[in-house]
Amino acid sequence: MALLEVMNVGIAFGGLQAVSQLDMKLEAGELYALIGPNGAGKTTVFNMLTGVYRPTEGDIFLDGKNITGKSPTVINQAGVARTFQNIRLFDKLSVLDNVKIGLHNQIRYSMFTGILRLPSFREKEADMDFEAMKLLALFDLDKEAHLPASSLPYGKQRKLEIARALATQPKLLLLDEPAAGMNPSESEELMHTIKQVQKQFGVAILLIEHDMNFVMGICEHIFVLDYGRIIAQGNGESIRNNPKVIAAYLGGE
Amino acid sequence: MNGIKRWSKTTKSNIITYGIVLAFYLLIEGLLAGNLLSNSFQGMLVPVCAYVVLAVSLNLTVGILGELSLGHAGFMSVGAFSGAVLWVILEGKVPDLVGLVLAMLLGGVVAGVFGFLIGIPVLRLRGDYLAIVTLAFGEIIKNILNALYLGVDASGLHVSLKDSAALGLDAEGTLIINGAIGISGMKKISSFTAGIILVLVALAVILNLIHSRAGRAIMAIRDNRIAAEAMGINITKYKLMAFITSAVFAGMAGVLYALNYTTLAAKKFDYNTSILVLVFVVLGGIGNIRGSIIAATILYILPELLRGLQDYRMLVYAVVLIFMMIFNQSPQVLAWRSRMGQIMMNWPVAQRFASMKQGKKEG
Repeated sequence: MALLEVMNVGIAFGGLQAVSQLDMKLEAGELYALIGPNGAGKTTVFNMLTGVYRPTEGDIFLDGKNITGKSPTVINQAGVARTFQNIRLFDKLSVLDNVKIGLHNQIRYSMFTGILRLPSFREKEADMDFEAMKLLALFDLDKEAHLPASSLPYGKQRKLEIARALATQPKLLLLDEPAAGMNPSESEELMHTIKQVQKQFGVAILLIEHDMNFVMGICEHIFVLDYGRIIAQGNGESIRNNPKVIAAYLGGE
Repeated sequence: MNGIKRWSKTTKSNIITYGIVLAFYLLIEGLLAGNLLSNSFQGMLVPVCAYVVLAVSLNLTVGILGELSLGHAGFMSVGAFSGAVLWVILEGKVPDLVGLVLAMLLGGVVAGVFGFLIGIPVLRLRGDYLAIVTLAFGEIIKNILNALYLGVDASGLHVSLKDSAALGLDAEGTLIINGAIGISGMKKISSFTAGIILVLVALAVILNLIHSRAGRAIMAIRDNRIAAEAMGINITKYKLMAFITSAVFAGMAGVLYALNYTTLAAKKFDYNTSILVLVFVVLGGIGNIRGSIIAATILYILPELLRGLQDYRMLVYAVVLIFMMIFNQSPQVLAWRSRMGQIMMNWPVAQRFASMKQGKKEG
């Protein structure tokens, strides 16, 4: 059984059909890309998968469970984490605390344990610090752990978003333009990190990206979206030579 | 390793906050022992404690949760009335101290229940709408309490919104709340010491809450609600948690305030009180708990201290408000304060910063 199954999903905003008849199948632990021209509906797909938007038709199954129209909170707890195209960090919190928010449901203690500073408070906080620092080290952010998240440069903020999403221990990680705004060497480095994350955590990754070197470099399977419909899917080679894809990007008859 | 260091920095900052409160307490006790305080000043000690608790608790809603609430006096009011009614019933039957503690607990619980009931619909709103609804809540509470008659007799409690005759009390019964006149003839049991203890309890609970898993979740909602949801945080739960905690302490502060006088009337807890507390929070620094304590103390005592200036009193008060605003909001002053803070609180770190900069220059 596939990890994520999207069946005939569509969404309309008033009269505008943003996405229609979307079918996708994602296997556990694989790397996928979702590409398409600007305005094709890629982020809308992410928003439906994570519960920000409720699809107007179709069903989404995660591990065989129907998660269509569930709240973002519930969907995250079910095992889907994401990053955002326009970075959404907790600006006033430290880099470390941002990741610890991701650990919120993984390492738990009650409000009263916190207020009364019971012994398990220290223990659990130390566990959280340890796990969070491990993730930060993976993204080379451990030296900035105590700075406010808003003080990080753009590229590091993107990495922090990925670290934070990983902290929620997802089965499926959705990355919305992870390499946007990075220079070639930074994005090369990020490619390796994403590959490593996929292997080390066994997590399936679906990413939206415009940088074709990036996409072709790491993704086994690519979905191409245009005007809210999947127009092609397959490996890098078949996508590159697909006339429909070429027409969508370069225009055609 | 690093985590431990940061952690101890938070602890240090908290200890300074408790220290300021204790130093203030010892200073005042010393002045009282030396008989150096005027009567009017002595009369302000308990209200100061009540307003500090109000400001700290409102800061939890405004600064930490990031929602503007203009109904804090409403929670203070329901707490004050429920605690005072309990005290009137218990007066003479239990020791004063037990009575005060029980009244505070009841006031806190009742205010917390109101916080829950109002929080559920209100916290679905955002920004201005939330402010408007909480403002309305405060006014509704004031008007209901203004028209409330409550008495007790052998058959139990009687409530009416019409007049005292409608209660139908028997000959032995006593009228507790008499409409707009409120409650009168209470024995004063609040003390400065009790007030300081309440301040310390409120501080401990709120600071520990902020620096824990729940507090992080609350601040995450403030910084970015959509991202917090995407991280699996239950928004309603944590918003309610902050709002109810805030209401509970407002209620307890209300009891402390009410039991410092022999009479209690609903009109004391009007819109102006809510705004006054909000002024303390804003001027002390939104999200800055220690700032709330200092702002509430200074701004509550100041008009009294300035009494000698007569007509110029409010002029000076306004100038002080402006200076505090600059001290807490101006980017240059904030930068200066954080530099000073770093140097004072953490010498080794400050030095490491300097050496890092040096290293950069050389490299």
